[in-house]
Amino acid sequence: MLRRIQYELSGHLVGPALLRAKEWRRRRSRRGLAPKAGPFGPPLESARKLKELMSLHYLQGRFADGAVPVAWVTSGFPVELLRPLGFFTLYPENHAAMCGVARTVPELSDAVEKEGYSRDLCSYARTDLGCVATGKTPAGRLPKPDLLACCTNICQTVLYWYKALARRFGVPLVLIDTPFVYGEAKPHHVAYVREQLEELVSVAERVSGRRVDPQEFVAVIARAKEGSRLWGECLATARSRPAPWTGFDGFFHMAPIVALRGSEACNAYYRLLLDELRDRVARGTGGIREERHRLLWDNLPMWFAVRELSTLFAEQGFNFVCTSYTNAWAEAGVLVDPADPYGSIARAYTHIILNQDLTNRLGILRRLARDYACDGAVLHSDRSCKPYSIGQVDLKDRLGEELGIRVLLLEADHNDPRAWAAEPGENRIAAFMESFG
Amino acid sequence: MSGAAALGIDAGSTTCKAVAVDEAGKIVGRRLEPASPRIDEQASRLLAELRTEVGGDPPVGATGYGRKRVAASRVLTEITCHARGAFALLGRPGLLIDMGGQDTKVIRLGKGGEVLDFSMNDKCAAGTGRFLEVILGRLHVPFDEVAGQVRRAGRAVSVSSTCTVFAESEVISLVARGEPLEGIVKGLHAALASRVAALARVPDGTELFMSGGVALNPAMVSALAEALGREVHVVPEPQLVGALGAALAVA
Repeated sequence: MLRRIQYELSGHLVGPALLRAKEWRRRRSRRGLAPKAGPFGPPLESARKLKELMSLHYLQGRFADGAVPVAWVTSGFPVELLRPLGFFTLYPENHAAMCGVARTVPELSDAVEKEGYSRDLCSYARTDLGCVATGKTPAGRLPKPDLLACCTNICQTVLYWYKALARRFGVPLVLIDTPFVYGEAKPHHVAYVREQLEELVSVAERVSGRRVDPQEFVAVIARAKEGSRLWGECLATARSRPAPWTGFDGFFHMAPIVALRGSEACNAYYRLLLDELRDRVARGTGGIREERHRLLWDNLPMWFAVRELSTLFAEQGFNFVCTSYTNAWAEAGVLVDPADPYGSIARAYTHIILNQDLTNRLGILRRLARDYACDGAVLHSDRSCKPYSIGQVDLKDRLGEELGIRVLLLEADHNDPRAWAAEPGENRIAAFMESFG
Repeated sequence: MSGAAALGIDAGSTTCKAVAVDEAGKIVGRRLEPASPRIDEQASRLLAELRTEVGGDPPVGATGYGRKRVAASRVLTEITCHARGAFALLGRPGLLIDMGGQDTKVIRLGKGGEVLDFSMNDKCAAGTGRFLEVILGRLHVPFDEVAGQVRRAGRAVSVSSTCTVFAESEVISLVARGEPLEGIVKGLHAALASRVAALARVPDGTELFMSGGVALNPAMVSALAEALGREVHVVPEPQLVGALGAALAVA
């Protein structure tokens, strides 16, 4: 009971008050300081609201275990099934990205490398297992899970990663296995996933001690669909010239659609963001001051160097107007349908970009590059994300040949700065930009 | 002397090169030295020498890893400069392989000499001039004897590793096993060429050019030609191509 009170208070009363006080102090300390001149346009007002939303989520998470059922969930898991049961959901990938931005990954990774995990493993997995092993997190504290929920539509690593978590915490692990899609998923693939969804519900009900209310279930699906639609609209504003924000802004603003999908707070946030972006389009305000070239980014960002890289590009007038990664949450999420809950969820989550063959991936990149009028693309060959990086040499050739755009393959990692050689890497970026003349 | 139109400097990882070009873009003065850790001092000295030699105070273009340490009116990457320099000398499109000390670059040149695409060796120095330098040094083979040794070699001894560190120990065990030195040297060239060939992926009907310090090694040029299955044309004064491109960028 006490735990529940702490949880509710942190989310609704104390947390918001604390954040407001912090914001007030920040503003006061910066009063009178001229805004920094840089290659970027004026910062997004919504960014403050985003910070508040995500900080509250993690603050509430500190008090979640013992108050409500807690699930740790992979980014591609059909969370619509857990929300109606009142789960607090923690996304280790989203949290690992926070650690990446905070540049604590080498330390966390060292901790698990000592336990025998290889540095060749995904840096998200190493970060998360490192947080669990050391208890170190920028969020203060992570709630212990009652359920681990994993879907193989993003990679196979998640299965072994979550198995390690299940051993550590001694809690049930549910797995949704999605067959890899060549062309389009066959009816028997969808049926196979659907059956697993139905099985999953009974486990989740047992863990949460609640039954799924069909009305609430349908309402969550409708909200998730609307959230993905809103997110897609936000991304689509960057089709304007100049784009009102940068693709790198998108990497941060995607946090709610990943971690809070299906909640009203998520949708409210994207309505706010969409308003602001449309307003910027109307005023002709760009994400960068002088947009000379428009680029597509493929794969995850390098969380530890987002700011440095975006500055490097922006200084020369290059803006990333779209990314296949942020687009992923706008593309599959809208396929869920309250009229066919299980069937549509099975279909939607099987058609995640990383679960599709190279022809489909090329199709997505080609469409993005055309829709957003890109004159170049950077394909991040991510040492940690093999499913996303495989085939990029062919993707590079095909994009270059078919669209006549310049394409750079950049070798790095999404979370481990030790796999990024800054000097040669930045040299390649400089040469790539010079080749635009 | 009527004075130069521009100076170019290529502060590379192994050598520092500087050239002066006239109005027609022809090299009229040149300097080449092993790279000093004090890049800025070395660069200003070489440029001052060229200024004295050709007269005047022409603008300076800089490239190479040390380019940011050089006082220059324009700073460009080696990729852009090698492309520009090679095209100025050759006047036709093709695939340019620049093998330098620290990296190997494969640059696709368009009809007007523009960079259409490029690829480079991954983060390590395998497949670069440094690889040969380290291992030939270990075998006590002086540079001017390399080509002769490779010519004399019967068969190439297979060297499987292209990691500079591992190849060094592999080569030592080959020597210990009594393999002929010439064969090992030939094998090293073949290993390196196959690595570059994988990077190059040459489309049919494309002419191949080579620049950079390694192009002065005829054994490497023929190993590349063999690995890629076609003739490789060495750009005149291959070591100076980057510096020439830098000069032309400000001329």
